[in-house]
Amino acid sequence: MSPDLLKLIFGRLGIDSLPLHEPILVGTFVMVALGGVTLLAGLTYFRLWGYLWREWFTTVDHKRIGIMYMILGIVMLLRGFADALMMRAQQALAFNGSEGFLPAHHYDQVFTAHGVIMIFFVAMPLVTGLMNYVVPLQIGARDVSFPFLNNFSFWMTVGGAVLVMISLFIGEFARTGWLAYPPLSNIGYSPDVGVDYYIWALQVAGVGTTLSGINLICTIVKLRCPGMTMMKMPVFTWTSLCTNILIVASFPVLTVVLALLSLDRYVGTNFFTNDFGGSPMMYVNLIWIWGHPEVYILVLPAFGIFSEVTSTFSGKRLFGYTSMVYATVVITILSYLVWLHHFFTMGSGASVNSFFGITTMIISIPTGAKMFNWLFTMYRGRIRYELPMLWTIAFMLTFVLGGMTGVLLAVPPADFVLHNSLFLIAHFHNVIIGGVVFGAFAGINYWFPKAFGFKLDPFWGKLSFWFWVTGFYMAFMPLYVLGLMGVTRRLRVFDDPSLQIWFVIAAIGAGLVFLGILSMLMQFAVSFLKREQLKDVTGDPWDARTLEWATSSPPPDYNFAFTPVVHDNDAWWDMKKRGYQRPLVGFKPIHMPSSTGTGIILAGFATAMGFGLIWYIWWLAAASFIAMLAVGIGHTFNYHRDFDIPADDVIRTEDARTKLLAGAK
Amino acid sequence: MSRLKILALLPLAAALSGCNYVVLAPAGDIAAQQRDLVIISTILMLLIVVPVMALTVLFAWRYRQSNTSARYEPDWDHSTKLELVIWSAPLLIIVCLGALTWMGTHLLDPYRTLGRIHADRAIDQSKAPLEVDVVALDWKWLFIYPDYGIATVNDLAAPVDRPINFRITASSVMNSFYIPALAGQIYAMPGMETKLHAVVNHAGTYKGFSANYSGAGFSGMHFNFQGLDDKGFDAWVAQAKSAGGSLGRGEYLQLEKPSENEPVRRYGTVDADLYRLILNMCVEAGKMCQSEMMAIDAKGGNGHEGLNNTLPLSYDKYARRGTALGPEPTFVAGTCTPDAPQGQTTASIKAPLDTAPLLGAGLKRPTFTPLKSSSFFLGQRPKSDS
Repeated sequence: MSPDLLKLIFGRLGIDSLPLHEPILVGTFVMVALGGVTLLAGLTYFRLWGYLWREWFTTVDHKRIGIMYMILGIVMLLRGFADALMMRAQQALAFNGSEGFLPAHHYDQVFTAHGVIMIFFVAMPLVTGLMNYVVPLQIGARDVSFPFLNNFSFWMTVGGAVLVMISLFIGEFARTGWLAYPPLSNIGYSPDVGVDYYIWALQVAGVGTTLSGINLICTIVKLRCPGMTMMKMPVFTWTSLCTNILIVASFPVLTVVLALLSLDRYVGTNFFTNDFGGSPMMYVNLIWIWGHPEVYILVLPAFGIFSEVTSTFSGKRLFGYTSMVYATVVITILSYLVWLHHFFTMGSGASVNSFFGITTMIISIPTGAKMFNWLFTMYRGRIRYELPMLWTIAFMLTFVLGGMTGVLLAVPPADFVLHNSLFLIAHFHNVIIGGVVFGAFAGINYWFPKAFGFKLDPFWGKLSFWFWVTGFYMAFMPLYVLGLMGVTRRLRVFDDPSLQIWFVIAAIGAGLVFLGILSMLMQFAVSFLKREQLKDVTGDPWDARTLEWATSSPPPDYNFAFTPVVHDNDAWWDMKKRGYQRPLVGFKPIHMPSSTGTGIILAGFATAMGFGLIWYIWWLAAASFIAMLAVGIGHTFNYHRDFDIPADDVIRTEDARTKLLAGAK
Repeated sequence: MSRLKILALLPLAAALSGCNYVVLAPAGDIAAQQRDLVIISTILMLLIVVPVMALTVLFAWRYRQSNTSARYEPDWDHSTKLELVIWSAPLLIIVCLGALTWMGTHLLDPYRTLGRIHADRAIDQSKAPLEVDVVALDWKWLFIYPDYGIATVNDLAAPVDRPINFRITASSVMNSFYIPALAGQIYAMPGMETKLHAVVNHAGTYKGFSANYSGAGFSGMHFNFQGLDDKGFDAWVAQAKSAGGSLGRGEYLQLEKPSENEPVRRYGTVDADLYRLILNMCVEAGKMCQSEMMAIDAKGGNGHEGLNNTLPLSYDKYARRGTALGPEPTFVAGTCTPDAPQGQTTASIKAPLDTAPLLGAGLKRPTFTPLKSSSFFLGQRPKSDS
């Protein structure tokens, strides 16, 4: 075939795009391929495809979509953590003239991929998954406002993750750091496909995130059950509302800045180039105008989880509900006024720098107030140390440290000596692991029995907890120390042998965290095997306070047979106190949305379009785009969007629960 | 002052424990003041962080479920007094820290000329500051000493107690110029100039490097910074002079091509105009300098005819900048030589000579002209003739 024809069909893609020369990648590919083939064969053998398609892939049930988000987050955690282990190993080995085991070309992709995956495809799915699962239940709704959109959002997020995973084996990922600052990320200095993978993975996933933000805002604003005024919403719902407002207000900025970067890269515009009046500084500003709210997008729901957990396991009303809500709102607003603290060293004047430094510090006031509120929720409580509460205590102790180093970094002259150092790395892992990850784990352990009807095994859970906590401190405290020695981030080799010991300690810490992750997977497996022992039939295993515990575990498709009526903040606690009797008669048919495959199909085409654009396979991009439009328009002619669950089915489901509850007593 | 000195001893103790905590025990006055800020801020915050952590542990232990002797008040969820403390305690700390930040940021602004040599030594007016032009290249550092007409690659030296004025730029991508022992870092960006004023107080050899990832050779992008006595510095300059080689536009274009782990190089003579050309991205012959372009634009630009004033770009630095769908890359051709008259690109901010640290002395009062409410909303109105 002529080279022109080949280029027309395959674009930039050729046999040399496969990283056959990198033994680590070939090995990984073989493992992934074997695992994948086994999984696919297993699914085929057990005839699970139809079940998966009908019950999961096409579902519009917010609970199942929430669970799928969690699975996505945990799978991607394994990938992102593998990158972390490689980095820690490389930095622990590359001393005394040794180059370590990763060449620059590979190492630079590893740290970029680690950041991108952990933020976009681990933390975001975990947080979105928990919000998706819990929020409609907490506000007594039957589903989210736009159930189909919810399914579509999820699959777009998966599409982005798929593109990142493809980059591992076809071509390469960006070698620019996780925010891809130009000029380095512009076509002149990164002419390969890496940055294009970065752009299109985030654009595809970003559509999902933005739409899911809109969806959850609508849900919270419009679908609350009678009696639940804004100031009677559970705190987790409040933090979810603020997070989704942040998402809707900030993700478009990311979309635009990446679109401008892709224009630079594809059609030769000069937004961020060195020449022709382009300004890379503009990119840095724009990306952090998205990037700083992003960290609050992640941590606010975690704050909500800790509020629920502290209150439940202290057996006490949340202290200072009102100030908690206001603190959340203040953080939401302030998070837009601090972005410049990520680049004090760019040379802004002293007044600009101190403005952004001081606004950053001001955020610590509502955050501090929250910390005290949790503290005084525990005060005069009866604290039960179940797993979610353990994670919460670990969070409180860890997060204040991370917050303190964060405020320190907000002092511009201090930032001049610590910026981009390992001190900074330690700081943001301190708040993201200590805040978001611990929060997600508290949430998983807390709501797992709601989702599956049995608790998670405490032994493996505690093992995971202790490995994670000790591993975290061992991995990141040395980085604080190294930062004070002036060691900067993203270095591949070192020549000062006295530093090695600290990197070795950090690597051991990462190893402990790895054991923590394995224990967590083990915890899931063991809990599944012991599900009869760990079973909860009451639907309220923790003696909890909010509405999601009023229904059965797992909840029926329709969540609540009768929409609850709320009179108090802790609605379910209040109902229990006032001797709530579960209605046993009078069930009516329930109106529900129908499943649809449109979401996964659209996302599939979007992913294919991304792939086509990355490799300059123009026909594929154009065809996928047209197909997307066609499917989208076609879907508007789908009139089978809803159905009624017959009253008989509702009666059967509710009677089964009545029997279970009677058996439990 | 004495309290500051005691604080300064803390990191010294840490440094004695065997490792080189250079950020906590630097050799330059600016870095030392930055270190002081790090420590004072940390202590301020510990005032609230330590009690919170202690209370967390205390409450977690005291109110455990098995301790039935502890009070249990399941419905207690509000206390106005406590709320006041909760919000005001962090607020007070932040007010202090905010004031400290405002003053510290202005006093330690890297663009500001030095107000002192050391905590107890004033500026010696008779000595002119040492000018150093810094260029971050892929992946090495070029230092030009305009006063001495020499240049070095990956080797920087300065006399002890003589203020250094750095002017910093880059050739292709963003880097950060950082010598932890000397002063905080600042970005080096192509087509832009940042400044840093610093002084080294103790003779010695210190590490300098790029603190912003810039591509494949980033790890090897470091250099030694030597603080020398006057005699030693003269010898160092003489050594560079005697090295011979000269750095002109042609040599620079060769030098700026990407290379990793570069050894030290010295140039006895250097094109006096080179730094300005690098900063304005017009080292290549025939390319219009940014300063020239901006001067033309400031006068209204070349109009539509200006569109044609471009030449095809064969390469931008080392990679061809062609895009998949765009037109062939071009650059703006120079219209006339000699280039725009030389001049400082940014005004420098002068500091008063006597400033005690962090007290705010010498800060210029911000000028403030109240806006008329009508002009604020409606814009400037033309004055009536009557």
